[in-house]
Amino acid sequence: MRLVKVIERLLAAIPIMLGVAVIVFVFMRMTPGDPVDIMMGQGGTVSEGEVERLRSEFNLDKPIHVQLGLFLSDLARGDLGNSFTKQQPVASLIGERLPATIELAFGSLFIGLLIAFPIGILSAVKQNSLLDRLSMGAAFLGISMPSFWLGIILILIFSVKLHWLPVQGRIDYDAGLQTVTGLYMLDSILTGNGPALISSLKHLILPSIALGSAVAAIVARVLRSSLLEILRSDYVKLARAKGAGETTVVMKHAVRNALIPTVTVVGLQVGVLLGGNMIVETVFSWPGLGRLVVEAIFNRDFPLVQGAVMVYAFIFVAANLVVDVLYTYLNPKIEM
Amino acid sequence: MNDTHAPLLELRNLTTMFPTRRGEVRAVEAVNLTLRKGQILGLVGESGCGKSTVLLSILGLIAKPGRVDKGQVLLEGRDITHLSGGEMRRIRGREIAMIFQDPLSTLNPAFHVGEQIRESLRLHHMMLGPPWPLDRAKKAREKKRVIEVMQEVGIPAPEARYKAYPHQFSGGMQQRALIAIGLACQPKVLLADEPTTALDVTIQAQIVALMRRINQEHHTAIILVTHDLGLAAEFCDHIAVMYAGRIVEIGPTDQVIEEPRHPYTAGLLRCIPHVGERRAIEPIPGNVPDLADLPPGCAFSLRCDSARPVCNEGFFRLQPASADAVKRGEGGHWARCLRLTDYQMPALED
Repeated sequence: MRLVKVIERLLAAIPIMLGVAVIVFVFMRMTPGDPVDIMMGQGGTVSEGEVERLRSEFNLDKPIHVQLGLFLSDLARGDLGNSFTKQQPVASLIGERLPATIELAFGSLFIGLLIAFPIGILSAVKQNSLLDRLSMGAAFLGISMPSFWLGIILILIFSVKLHWLPVQGRIDYDAGLQTVTGLYMLDSILTGNGPALISSLKHLILPSIALGSAVAAIVARVLRSSLLEILRSDYVKLARAKGAGETTVVMKHAVRNALIPTVTVVGLQVGVLLGGNMIVETVFSWPGLGRLVVEAIFNRDFPLVQGAVMVYAFIFVAANLVVDVLYTYLNPKIEM
Repeated sequence: MNDTHAPLLELRNLTTMFPTRRGEVRAVEAVNLTLRKGQILGLVGESGCGKSTVLLSILGLIAKPGRVDKGQVLLEGRDITHLSGGEMRRIRGREIAMIFQDPLSTLNPAFHVGEQIRESLRLHHMMLGPPWPLDRAKKAREKKRVIEVMQEVGIPAPEARYKAYPHQFSGGMQQRALIAIGLACQPKVLLADEPTTALDVTIQAQIVALMRRINQEHHTAIILVTHDLGLAAEFCDHIAVMYAGRIVEIGPTDQVIEEPRHPYTAGLLRCIPHVGERRAIEPIPGNVPDLADLPPGCAFSLRCDSARPVCNEGFFRLQPASADAVKRGEGGHWARCLRLTDYQMPALED
C-alpha cells in the first residue's frame, strides 16, 4: 500500500521537474549576458565567424521556442545535453560532483541531529535551568551565525592553529581510494581501505560542523518547544499515573510524539543542505555540486544550470516524500 | 495506627500549595478523607475547587512548582506522602490507579491501545514467570491478560482491537480503554477524575454501570471526582462536597442529599434539573472565589444567601451535622457551617 503510494508520488515528481526545467530554461535565456560572449571574453580576440560558429553549435542562433523544443526532445531521450564551457555531458559532470554534496549533507545532518537531540530533550525536561538557557542561547547563535564565517573560524582553530584536521578537500591525495559510489566514506568501507576512511572522515568533520550547526540549532529549538507542550499533555500525565519512570515518560511517550513536527523541519533542512551549501563548499574547497552550479551560472552555461536545478528539484521532492513516509509511521492518524 | 482495621486510604490534613505571582495558593487545604475497602466516595464541587488536585496529591503527581505542603496520605496505614520516586512508582498504577476526564487526549496517539494497556502490566512486572531468558512466554501472557481486561470493560472483539489506535475508537470505547489501563494491575483504589464528563449521556450511563460492576466484582474502592451531584448521589456511598479547597460537607450519601446542612450543598442540589418537574433551576449566585484572595472566615459567605457578619470571623471546623455524627466519627455527617450551631436552615422546596 505504502509502496504503491511512494511510486505514485515519484511519478508525480516528473511533471514538477519538467516544469522547473522549463522555467529555468526560459529565465536563464532572459537574464542578460550571453554565454558565447563570456567564453570569447576569456579567450581574447576572436573573429566574428568563430562566434557565429559557436552560436550555431549551441543552437543559440535559433528562436527560443525551437531551442526549448530541442531541449525537451533531448530530455525525453534522457539526454541533459553538453555543458557549453566544459564540453562534457551535463549528466556526467553532475554525477561527478553530486556524491560529494550528498556526503557533506549527510555529514552535516548527522552532526546536527547528534547535537540537537540531547540538547532539545534535556532543555525541555529541565526547562528554565541553566542548561536550558545556555543551550537556547547557543542555538540562537547557531541560527544567526553565517556558516562561511563559522567555517573560517573552524579552519583557523582546528587546522591552522591545532593541526588536528585538514584545511580543505575531501581526502588526502595519497589515500589511494578506488571510487565505487563516489561517497568516499562508503567507498573506503566497501574497498576495505582503512586509511582512506580516516582521511575522508577527517576532511568531512569541519565542513559538516560548519553546515550542521545551523541544523542543530533549528532542530533543537523545534524539538524543545514541541516537547514542552507534550510534557504537559494528558497522556504524559497518564503515563506517570501508570507508574512509568521519568525516562520512559520522556523517551517513549513524549519524544515519540515530538518527532512529528521535528521530522518536518529536518526534512526541510535536508533540502537546504543539499541545495544551499555553495558557500561552505567554497570555503572548504569541497568539490560538490554547489560550486559547479555557481560557476555555471556565472558562465551562463545553460544546460549545466538546467540539469543541476532539475537535480535539486528532485532532491526536494524526494526529501518531502521521505518526510511523508516517516509521518505515516510516526503519526497513525495520517495516511499517505 | 498500623492495625488491621486501618482504612484502605486515608488523607490526613492534606494541604497542597501552588506558588503564584500573587502569593501561595492553597488549592487543597486541610482535607481529611477516609476510604474503606469496596467503598465509593464522591468528591463533588465546581471547577477549580481543588477536587482533581486531591487526586493528583494522592498519587504524588502535583506538577512543580506545586507541592503537598502538609498532611499525610496513608495507604493501608502506611504513609506514602514522602516515599522515594521509585517506591511511589510501584504504587501508581499498581495499588492506586487513575482514570482521567478526556479519554482521547489521555491515550497516547502514537501507540496501539492494546500496547498501552500492556504497558501497565509491564511496568509492574505483573506477568513474571521464570527469569529471563527462559521467559519467552511473558509477552503472550501479558497479551492474554490485556484481552481479558478489554473484554471485562466491554470492548467488543478485543483481539481485533488490540492493534487499533486511540483515534479509531469512539469516545465511549476510549474511556473503556482507559478504565482497562487502570484495571490491568487490579488496583485496590481507583481514582476517577470526571470519567463521564466528556461523554454522551447514554455512554455516561454505561461507564457508570461499568464502574459499579468493577466495584462489586473486585471490591475496588473508588473515589469519583465530579461536578455532578446527581451522578454522585446515584453512584456513591459517601459524598464529600468541596469548596475553595476545603471540604464543606461530608457524610453518607442519603443524609447529604436529603438533609444538606451546608448552604453550598443545598445550592448545588437546587441546580440539578429533574426530569418531569417544572421547577425552575436556581443557580448559585456569583463565582468561585479567587483562591489567592479568599474572604476571612467562611469562603462561601460571599455567595451565601443566609450569611451573617459573624461568618467572616474566625475559622470554622467541620461540625457534627447529625445526631450520631460524633459517635460515627469519619463515617458520620459533618458540615462546615456556623448555622449548624446557630440556627436551623430553611427547608428545601420540594
